[in-house]
This record gives sequence, structure tokens and C-alpha cells, in this order.
Amino acid sequence: MKTPHSNTLDTLRPGETGTILALHASTELYRRLAALGLRVGKHVRILRRGRFAGPLHIRVGTTDLMLRTSDACCIQVQRSHT
Amino acid sequence: MKRIALIGMPNTGKSTLFNRLTGAHAKVGNWPGITVELLAAKILIGGDMVQVVDLPGIYDLRAHSSDEAVVTAFLAQDAADLAIVVLNASQIERQITLLGQLARPGLRVILVLNMADEAATLGITIDRERLSSDLGVPVCLISAKYGQGVEQLHALITAALRGEKDSAPVLASGERLTEELLDAAIRRSVMVPAHASHALTEKIDRVLLHPWLGLPIFFVLMFLLFQAVFFVGKPIQDAMAWALGALRTAVLDAAFAGLPAAASGLLLDGIYNGLGTVASFVPLIILFFLCMAIVEDTGYLSRAAFLMDALMSKFGLDGRSFVMILMGFGCNVPALMGTRVMRSRGLRLLTMLVIPLSLCSARLQVFLFFIAALFPTSIGPVVLFSLYLFSIAGAMLTSQIFKPRFVNNDPFVLEIPPYRFPTLRQMVLRGWQEVSHFLRRATRFIVAGVVLVWLLTNFPAGTVQGSADTWAGQIGNVLNPVLSPLGIDPKLTIALIFGFVAKEVVIGALAVIYAQEGSALMTTIAGQINWVQAYSFMLFTLIYTPCLSTIATIRAEARSTAFTALAVAWPLALAWVASFVFYQTARLILA
Repeated sequence: MKTPHSNTLDTLRPGETGTILALHASTELYRRLAALGLRVGKHVRILRRGRFAGPLHIRVGTTDLMLRTSDACCIQVQRSHT
Repeated sequence: MKRIALIGMPNTGKSTLFNRLTGAHAKVGNWPGITVELLAAKILIGGDMVQVVDLPGIYDLRAHSSDEAVVTAFLAQDAADLAIVVLNASQIERQITLLGQLARPGLRVILVLNMADEAATLGITIDRERLSSDLGVPVCLISAKYGQGVEQLHALITAALRGEKDSAPVLASGERLTEELLDAAIRRSVMVPAHASHALTEKIDRVLLHPWLGLPIFFVLMFLLFQAVFFVGKPIQDAMAWALGALRTAVLDAAFAGLPAAASGLLLDGIYNGLGTVASFVPLIILFFLCMAIVEDTGYLSRAAFLMDALMSKFGLDGRSFVMILMGFGCNVPALMGTRVMRSRGLRLLTMLVIPLSLCSARLQVFLFFIAALFPTSIGPVVLFSLYLFSIAGAMLTSQIFKPRFVNNDPFVLEIPPYRFPTLRQMVLRGWQEVSHFLRRATRFIVAGVVLVWLLTNFPAGTVQGSADTWAGQIGNVLNPVLSPLGIDPKLTIALIFGFVAKEVVIGALAVIYAQEGSALMTTIAGQINWVQAYSFMLFTLIYTPCLSTIATIRAEARSTAFTALAVAWPLALAWVASFVFYQTARLILA
């Protein structure tokens, strides 16, 4: 599954962007993430990380979200080169 | 009667639209998951009475959290003649899936793209007619907040309910609105600029969510809010108390002089003093709710959840739990209902266990009274803020102790909405709604409470009012061995017993017990207890057993008697220990 260029979302640094390759989540969580705009092929940008291993503040499309790194590691992304 | 249902994802403005359509007062906030019960109102549309139902926000019609189950159950009953699907116009791309899940033969649908003003600011353009013909449903761009497009929506609703042609066509043409079909339709009619972002929100977030400054700013803002409430509200409250006292000496005492002593005592020392003392705090409560409403409507609560999540996770909770604790500062009951957005039962129960420790407005009123009576004005706000800190610390301690029993496996994914500023109309609506809620509770509990306290402090017949021989005095003496180590005297004990029914009664009860009101009551109490005893009493009031409505809500939401018993017994034990430790330590130090 893993390709050399793919990472999980939680490894991206603030300011970096990635394209979602896969979501390894339970059906319930998968649907929730999809409803919030996190779908395969979408671009995600990390806006900031919370202090003390806090949640990620991300932007997908026109929606801003926060999610915990423990949930972000189920999202596989291709890091975009800028 | 025909029925219209408002359906949409959380925080898309359904409740604002509901208020626009019906003139009713649904609670509106910039936080996903505000509507936790079905709200319904009747309105006149096209000459017929129609019922409008505001459903809780739902992400996915196949989902199973408690609040989403409310929506799916409602839809399964075929209870609606017309569904108004409310989407955030600037997020139409992701939210349109809801339309596909909802569309089915026999259900008429109108698609409402709300917050059109925000979408326009972002440079998003939407070809309404094209979208409408592609999807086969009427589409309407509105701003529920400012009222634009609402008239057009009225016309669409009227036409749809009459079953006129080309209005809300029944989606029975055989073809389902698949995700591909929806995406294609959106691509054809919606243009989103490559870098659509809320510039002002980004600027504000850079400060308020700053890695190091974010949390300190949050606490400073909260502290300033309490300062403001205190300094603006206190003079108003003093004036109210003075006016109510003057009314009694100037008019009421003479007017009731002809009545038998017992009757005038019940009416004046009981009901008037009790209600009057409580009423004098209403301006402060209004002010507090207005401030909280502004914080909530702007979207800062989501930022608070972001800032606090790392800390909360150490205690087995998450950022949402923290926001519920903040909401509990208003009233614990809606905060408890707000936990329905959590899907993990462990997380939900743990959050429900800590919410009653939130310093609600009823307790605020007790503290304001005691602070005014026993502390100089200059340190009043500091004392009050320390109680808020104790409230949060109590919540942290509780979750730390109980987290092994209530395991949280809920993923934490939450929308961070752009900052929005409430209109004056929204603020007035909200303030009025909170006050009427407070007054409804007040009339229900306080009148009965103060009458009962008056009876207990004046009977058996022949005893001196408030003395140890009265029923109240006897109860106070029985409990004295338990509460005197906390510095709480028998008279205060009676007030605490009534506080169990509703904390709003505590001050009213004290007014009746001492047969005084307002500033006279403050002076008397200040002469009988010192500040250490007062603080110990406040600590106990803060933590001990939640009020009856809160307990009833916990019982209804948790559906467990054992959990409810825990939620009653644990705070009582914690309150006793906290007050004991505080009172005895302070006595040692000050001796």
C-alpha cells in the first residue's frame, strides 16, 4: 500500500499540502470524514498544530477542521512539492 | 396539517432560518450541535397553517450518534411533506451529499443555500438556475442571518406545498442522485476561487490560536468577561435591591398592615423578600448570558476546543467536553443535552459526570451575593474568578479519577467555522430567551421554595422566627455535626438543603430565614460569619449535589439509575472534602 512518496497526514508540517490517497477508518468514521470533506483526491493543507501534541488545524476546500493526530494518522496523503 | 422539516449539516444556520421563518426563538450559536431536540412552530404559509420542524444537524443519514438518530427516526416515519435541505453555500461541494442521501420517491425537497453573503465574500459564484435544473429541485440562495432571499423561499414553499408543477418535483424519475451526478452538477454551476479563504478569520486566528499566546489569551479574555459582568452589573443590581427595599418600606408594609401577622409575614417576609432578592440579580444574569452568547456566536468556542484538547485528552476527555463545561456556566441542563454529539458512551458519561461541576448562573447569583457581603469590591472579581477555576479544577479531578471506568474511543474531528459577529437582533433574541428560561425556572421553584422555608422557619407555632426551636432550626441542628467542621452554621445549612431543589432558591431562602432582604441581609450575614466561612460555604455550594433539573436530565440522558446515583453522591462527597480541607487549613494559617 505504501509508496515511497506517501505519508500519513499527521507527519505533514504546518504550511504543507497533501493529496488524500486513502482513508483507513471504520465505516462510521469514514462517513464522518467524508461528510466533512476529507475524501480521496482532495487537497489538505495543515494550517497549524496545537501545542503539547494538540490537534491539527487543517483546511480542505473551504472548510477548516481540527482533528487529533491519532485520527489523522489513518489518512494517507501524497505530499505536494511547493 | 402539513409539515416542513429543516435538514442540514451542523452549523449551517438551520436554527437561524427557523427563527426567520417562524419568528420563534430557537437557540442559535456558531458551534456544531446546538439543536439537540426537535423544535417545532406553526406558521401561516399561503393561507394554510403549516408546522415547521428544526431537526438537529446531521453529517450523514446513515450515522448513529444520538443526535443523528433523532433525524433518521423522524425521516423514517415519513413525517414530513416537504424537506428543506439547508447547506452552507460556501461548502456546497461537500454538503451536497446529504441531498443525495435524502432524495427518495414521494419526498418533496427544496435546496436552500444559506450564508450566501459569506460565499459571495469568498468569491464563490453559484448558477442557481442551472443547479436547479440539473438536480431537479428548486434552489434558493439566502442569508438567514440578514434576511435576504427569505421571501423567495416563502414563495417556493407555498408552491411546493400546493403541489404546483415545476415546484419541488418529486424525485421519482427512476434515476438516483448518485455522488457522481451531484459532483458533476456542482462542477457545472459552482465556481470556487483557488484560494478562497476568510482573510479576517485567518488574521484573528494567527493571534488567538498562537502556539504560545493562545491559551493565556483565552484565560485573560474569560477573566475580562467576568470583570465586565461584575463591574457593569453590580451597580444595576444594587439599584434594583435598593428600589425593592424602598417599595416595601414606603408602600407594602403599610398596605399589608391590616392583615393577620402570619399572613403578612408569609407575603412580605416570605414571598416578597425571597423573590425580591432573587429578582435583583436578574440584570446580572442577563449581562452574563449576553457575554456568553457573543462568545458562542462568534465561533470562539471551537477555538477554545482546539486550544484545550491536548490538556483535556490527558483527563480522558476532549475539546468538546471543555466547551460543554463552558456552556454549563450558563445552565448545566442544555450542556448535558449537548453531549449527544459524542458517540462514545464512555466519553459521554464522563463528560456528563463533570458538567454539573460547572458554575452555572444560579450558583453565580449565590456567589455574587456572598462576595458583595463579605469581600471588598476591589477583590470581588478575583474571588469570583477563583471559584471558576475551582469549578474547572473539580471537573479535571473528577475525570482524572473516573476516566479508567469511562473509556473514550471517540474520534475527535470538528469543524472550525469562520468568525461571525451576531446581529443586534440575534443578541436581543438570545438574551430574552435566556431570561425567560431563567424566570420560568424561578417561578416554578423559588415561590414554592421560599414559602416552604418560611413555614419551616416560623413553625411550630409560638417559636421565635428562625430560632433553634423551629423545624428549620431542628433540621439544622441535626446536620450541624456534619457541616460545622466546614464552618457552615445551622442557618446556612437550611439554605443548602433548599439549594438541592434549585440553586436559585438559596438566596431567597436566606432572605426568609433571616427575615431580611437586600443590603440589610448582607450586613446581617457579614456580622455572623467571617470570609473564610463564606468562602467555604461558596465552595460547598459550587460542588455539592446538582439541582433537581440537572439530576432529571442526567437520568434521562444516561438512562442509568446507577450512573445517576454516582452523579449525585460523588459531588456531595467532593464538596465536603474540599470545604473541609479549605476551612480547616485556612483556620490553621489565620489562627
